[in-house]
This record gives sequence, structure tokens and C-alpha cells, in this order.
Amino acid sequence: MGAPASSPAVSAAVAEFALRMGDNCLILGHRNSEWCGHSPALEEDIALANTALDLIGQTQLWLGLACEAEGKGRTPDNLAFLRDVSGYRNLLLVEQPNGDFGRTLMRQYLFDAWHLPLLKALMGSADRRIAEIAEKASKEVAYHLERSADLVVRLGDGTAESHARMQAALDFLWPYTGEMFLADALDEELAATGLAPEPASLKPAWQEHVGRTLADATLKVPEKSFAQKGGRRGVHSEHLGYILAEMQFLQRAYPGASW
Amino acid sequence: MSSEWPLWEVFIRGQHGLNHRHVGSLHAPDAEMAILNARDVYTRRNEGVSIWVVRSADIVASAPSDKGPLFDPANAKVYRHPTFFDVPDEVGHM
Repeated sequence: MGAPASSPAVSAAVAEFALRMGDNCLILGHRNSEWCGHSPALEEDIALANTALDLIGQTQLWLGLACEAEGKGRTPDNLAFLRDVSGYRNLLLVEQPNGDFGRTLMRQYLFDAWHLPLLKALMGSADRRIAEIAEKASKEVAYHLERSADLVVRLGDGTAESHARMQAALDFLWPYTGEMFLADALDEELAATGLAPEPASLKPAWQEHVGRTLADATLKVPEKSFAQKGGRRGVHSEHLGYILAEMQFLQRAYPGASW
Repeated sequence: MSSEWPLWEVFIRGQHGLNHRHVGSLHAPDAEMAILNARDVYTRRNEGVSIWVVRSADIVASAPSDKGPLFDPANAKVYRHPTFFDVPDEVGHM
């Protein structure tokens, strides 16, 4: 353990980390919610909406922690609805357009296979608040992973059409997966103080799960290893701006509006 | 898409000790997906501790046209209801 839990440096690190966690959940949850009423089957529509709601619920916990740790009197709603693109800390993976249903599922799977081992590791965080959120979220995410992995296998190893779509989805999304395992100064500080695991330490579990699932799905892992990155320092693809425009419109146009 | 999937009947046990109750039906390609779909469609509000699914095609149902022969004979047999016993007060609620 480095600085005591109450020091300003640790609080700032916790706040920034909670933003990263919360923004991943918020943006992926929003993306999934775009399918509401449009999924290929009623059962899938409800399942995807459930996943979206789980993620928005987790967002409230993480952004709540970010507000508490930064101590500036902001609320999770302020963070969600009043930050601009450069203030967002999510991975580029989660802001990518939904594409077809196959790409949405593949994005969910690649994220879930990273999200679950991360939450399991965070259950041992030196910060009790982080550990408690991780424990609560891990139950939901275990189900997300079970479902998304199952569907990736079914569609990958399905018809010629579904196989082609899943392979195209994998090829498109693969360059956005490397960012999950890159560390910056904050990650090193979090690891050194026992607040969060080193990003690279999650890679073996992810690779094992993804390798097994994609093999079952008869999909070919792309060879490209170039990683698109920048989300965690606020450098995003053009897609995030459109998401925020839709998500934040009401609060921007009618500040403080509520029902 | 869903028209190609078979129909499944869903039964949920609401609490330990209660029977599974029929709650509705859904489409799914196989039993495993039917369980996952049932979880998502029918247990969103904490309704269950256990799920059964069974293919609708495997349910054998009585025909409405048999209603008379099947059920009418029971109408006239009040002695099948245990209403002719005096229950002693000490027994309490039954």
C-alpha cells in the first residue's frame, strides 16, 4: 500500500478509475439500448434491454463513487449528461456503432470476456467501495458473458450467412481489443496501491476464453495486432459525439429538467 | 426469424416449497436458449428460484370438445368434498 486511503492523490486516482469503469458501462449500455424495439426476436430484444439496464445500473454505482472520491459536489447525472467527448474515459470498443446484430453481440462478448475477470480481480481491491461494486456487478456480468459467448458460438457455427457476419464483426472489432490491456501512469499507480489489477494481468484469462469461444464458433482470430487506443485519455472516435448528442440533448436543451 | 424457432412453455417456481407455475411461452432454438430466454423474459422482477421449460409440442392437452364427458360427472358428486365432517375447535386452522 502506498498513500493512505484518505490522501488526495489516492482519492483522485479512485475517481479517475471509477470514471473509466462507469463510462464503459454507460456507453455500452446506451449502445445496447439503441436496439430496443429493433432486435430480430422479442426474446433477444428483452435480453439485450436487460443487459443495457444492468450496465446503466453499474454506471450509477461507478459514477457515484467517482463523485464521492472527487468531492466536488457533482452527481452521477452531472457526469453522464454534462461532460463533453474529451471528458469521457471509455474504451473505443464500446462506442463503435452497433452494425448488424452479430457485431453488437461480438462487441458485447469481447467486452464481457474482459469485464468479468476485471471485476473478479477488483473484488480484492484495497478500496472497499470498489470491491463492493465489483462484487455486485460480477453476478450480472457472469450472466452477460454466458449469454454473449453462447450466441457467438451459435452464430459463428451457424449458417454460412451468420458465420460470415460474425467473422466480419470480429475482424472489424479486433483492433479495438488491445486497448483493454494497455497501462498508463494511472494504471501503474492503481496496481502499486492495490486498488486495481494491472491491465496486462487480465490478458491470459481473456485470451483463453476468447480463443476457446472463437474456436467453438469456427471463427478465425485476426492476425493484426495493432491496437486502436485513446479512449482512456479522452481521445475518441467520431462516433462518441453522436452518442452524446442523443444521450445529452434533453439536459443540454432544458438544464435541470426532471420528471 | 422467431417463426423458425419452436415454441416453449415456461414454468417458474416462485419460492422454495411452492410448485412450478405456468407463466407463459416463448420461442427459442433449443432447450438451453429457452432457459436463458425464460430468465430474461419472465424473471425480470425477481419472480423465480427455478425455471422449467418444455416444448409446447410435447404437451398433450385435453380437447375442449371432451369437456362434458371429462368434467360433468364430477358435478353431481358433492360427497367427494370433505364437507361432511365437524372439525373440532382444538384442531385450529386447516
